[in-house]
Amino acid sequence: MKRSNKPIFWSLFGAGGMLSALVGPALIYKTGFSSQALGYERALLLAQNGFGKLAILAVIGLFLFHGCHRLYHSLHDFGIHVGPGLKAAFHGFAAAGTLAAAVLLAHIS
Amino acid sequence: MNTITIECLRYHPESDAEPRFQSWPVPFTDDMSVLQGLQYIKDHLDGSLTFRWSCRMAICGSCGAMVNGVPRLTCETFLRDLYPGPVRIEPLNHFPIVRDLAIDQADFLGKLQSVKPYIIPDAEPQGTYLQTPEQMERYYQYSKCINCLLCYAACPQYGLNDRFTGPAALALLHRYNADSRDAGKAERMEVVNTEDGVWGCTLVGYCSEVCPKGVDPARAVNQNKIESTKDYFFRFFRK
Repeated sequence: MKRSNKPIFWSLFGAGGMLSALVGPALIYKTGFSSQALGYERALLLAQNGFGKLAILAVIGLFLFHGCHRLYHSLHDFGIHVGPGLKAAFHGFAAAGTLAAAVLLAHIS
Repeated sequence: MNTITIECLRYHPESDAEPRFQSWPVPFTDDMSVLQGLQYIKDHLDGSLTFRWSCRMAICGSCGAMVNGVPRLTCETFLRDLYPGPVRIEPLNHFPIVRDLAIDQADFLGKLQSVKPYIIPDAEPQGTYLQTPEQMERYYQYSKCINCLLCYAACPQYGLNDRFTGPAALALLHRYNADSRDAGKAERMEVVNTEDGVWGCTLVGYCSEVCPKGVDPARAVNQNKIESTKDYFFRFFRK
């Protein structure tokens, strides 16, 4: 029987789900409504630190993988059966976004 | 004595081009179940109505049907709770109809067989197997499944893709994997790990809601997503 590759995407989905539930609302508040706490200056300091870069990458990448995986499955739930092409597009978008974030973070010094 | 209208899906493939509904007024007492209502119709109003039943006490799992759109055992659903009605009875969702309310269970039975729902002991069993209450607790709730298929009728994923192994078969798979006397986990993981194994589930959870025996198939399936993920990544370190 053919083994599914879902464990890879489900792990990323699960990690993103947990992270978004734990820090998502707080991040929206801190960056969107309470700019003093995590304004540009402080966010830049965070992005200049090695661990800070990793944390930002995790938040962006895992949120993307979580969201894309959910959208992909929601289409199936609505009876729109997406083939492997669109599946690759969803996960590819998340991977590209993660890669772009990694590259940009690496350029912040 | 009150009367309630029972509206039943009829389908006799030899004479009906497609399913139709038929209604009967059924007199009932407070202690009468939907199943007894159907039996009243068969005995007094229309002997050609076909439905499955046996134990009348939620043990055999034969009498499942959609009652007002919800998968229920008709033997433990009471007409008094559905009054003033009408009560709409249909065969379980997602299964082919053999005749009236009787569905074809062949697909499920094949899946049940595929999960090896029996204890596969070690090569050399060493006398009596002792089991602590804690060890029994790990699988006990899953052993209460009566194969009534309400969970398959509830599962939207099974409705969309009938290759999905489905809630009851996966819960029973877990029942044996979680049993300390069993050594067949590796064989069953092959089913778990496929696209149509646990990965066909998106954790809707309706299966656990409709189960008449308090089994939680959604939990079994999702515990096995973790098992499958561990199996996927750790297989490289095992050999």
